[in-house]
Amino acid sequence: MAKRTLRTLIGATLLAAAGLGQAQEVRTVAITQIVEHPALDAVYQGVKDELAEQGYTEGDNLTVMHESAQGNSAIASQIARKFVGESPDVIVAIATPSAQTVAAAARNIPVIFSAVTDPVGAKLVSSLEAPGANISGVSDMLPIEKHLDMLQRVMPDAKRIGTVYNPGEANAVSLVNLLEERLAARNMELVKAAATKTSEVLGASRSLVGEADAIYLTTDNTVISAAEAVISVGERAGIPVFAADTATVGRGAVAALGFDYYNHGRQTGAMVVKVLNGSNPGDMPVETMDTLDLFVNPAAAQRMGITLSEDLIQDAKEVVKNDK
Amino acid sequence: MLSEIAFYGAIETGLIYGLVAFGIYISFRVLDFPDLTVDGSFPLGAAVAAVLIIGGWNPWIATGAAVLAGMAAGAVTALLNVKLKILNLLASILTMIALYSVNLRIMGRPNIALLTEETVLTPWYNLDLAYHQVPVLLFIIVVVVSLILLWRFMKSETGLAMRATGANPRMARAQGIATGAMIVLGVALSNGLVGLAGALFAQSQGAADVTMGVGVIVIGLASLIGGEAVITPSTVVRALLACVFGAIIYRLAIAFALNADVLGLQAQDLNLITAVLVTLAIVLPGVRSSVIGKFTRNKA
Repeated sequence: MAKRTLRTLIGATLLAAAGLGQAQEVRTVAITQIVEHPALDAVYQGVKDELAEQGYTEGDNLTVMHESAQGNSAIASQIARKFVGESPDVIVAIATPSAQTVAAAARNIPVIFSAVTDPVGAKLVSSLEAPGANISGVSDMLPIEKHLDMLQRVMPDAKRIGTVYNPGEANAVSLVNLLEERLAARNMELVKAAATKTSEVLGASRSLVGEADAIYLTTDNTVISAAEAVISVGERAGIPVFAADTATVGRGAVAALGFDYYNHGRQTGAMVVKVLNGSNPGDMPVETMDTLDLFVNPAAAQRMGITLSEDLIQDAKEVVKNDK
Repeated sequence: MLSEIAFYGAIETGLIYGLVAFGIYISFRVLDFPDLTVDGSFPLGAAVAAVLIIGGWNPWIATGAAVLAGMAAGAVTALLNVKLKILNLLASILTMIALYSVNLRIMGRPNIALLTEETVLTPWYNLDLAYHQVPVLLFIIVVVVSLILLWRFMKSETGLAMRATGANPRMARAQGIATGAMIVLGVALSNGLVGLAGALFAQSQGAADVTMGVGVIVIGLASLIGGEAVITPSTVVRALLACVFGAIIYRLAIAFALNADVLGLQAQDLNLITAVLVTLAIVLPGVRSSVIGKFTRNKA
């Protein structure tokens, strides 16, 4: 009896599914990321959430495959080939090294990359406007000009801007080069301190004491992992620390003009949906982050020896209150 | 279970790491020289090849230059050990660390893309083969040629002198062998092979990245020991074949691990799997005599 009811139920569901047509077709999205890391994990979560919001539900009409190479490029290459072999509807590649291995392995499968700062320099696309082949995505190139405007609004007299970065990280180096160029255009100077691993961030930050009026941190993975080290130096030496991503404001930076990797993932997810709905990545221009929210932390500013103006706090989307 | 592309991908990466295992065979097995330089000479080979390729050089010449660069790095490690009397393990760590900066200097940036450049693989794509089969064919040829050259070298007078140096340095010196020179030559040769692997890897990957050397030594060692568990390394040829098969088996194991959702294994577990594989290979009964002794005995 129970069996028959079940069978009737399954039959009815199948009929309903047939009625809905291709909405019930199961699509496959394969996501590869080079390493587990809060920012990259947030991208992954963002992609999945956006897919769900736009009607692609895992286990229902969507299968998501996800692998991390744990920072090992040989494994990244095998993951890329595994995914190509499974021929999913879209491959999502998070961060430059993963995107390059997927690009080398995938011929005809649509690829959407995410968290790649310089897709042209990484040879993923021939131009940002018209990628051409089977690859497009979202670039995490920072709106450096807007960030510098924000920094100058808080500290109009700052001339020497310090930054800590990992010279071994492709994304970080692109940003630091750009930063140097843009600061020079404003008659300002960039003071660089290199840290090749998280344990070197503290020492590198200390080298900026007396050399920099303010510190600005890009989305460098190594440095952001150890942002507390920079912030502690900023507090002790009275050098305000600004960040490119909003999460670091919660950890004690003075202010950031919104870059949020979760939203970055949501935007990536939106591009994935377009591909699932039939768009060709080659016709989709590379996108950059479109939402910019100001986050400020007045208590942190106090600890670093400056006071944030009322109108700046008024403009902030979020005022972080941590008294430590 | 494993798709064709994933399978060929595992063979391709395995063949490249077979060259790494050749190198580690020379340093670890022949010379008894624990050499961590390879974590630096692998990306060094990639860096040199990538810079020359984007500079418009012929990719084979660029790959040859990568071999020479790897040999130079190995020679530095060996000279630190032989001339300055620095402990071999420490000497190799020093070179490895230095190479990180050297590689950044050579590349001028952390990542050089080769996706649109002409590489050693480019002309082979005209063959009537599937896209994912081409690198496998080319790398089989490279590995077989390297194997034959190494085998002949090991049988030569110099090769025998090198093996004597590793087996019993005091006796070798008594026989009039310049053991210092043998160590320099052997470690250079070893890192030349690793540089070759790095250069080929960058070309099949589409990019050279300064971080790509992380863990090469462990994977090379896992390949070597895994291979020896399957093929008893009683002769030089068998030892070299063990290197190649070990590297391919290791890559196939990873490819299966990536597919083994059934077993509840995930990519996060790969490092643990590597450690388990190496441990299993060491304790497997068949290799007790050949491996355990070398890894557990206190050397006089």
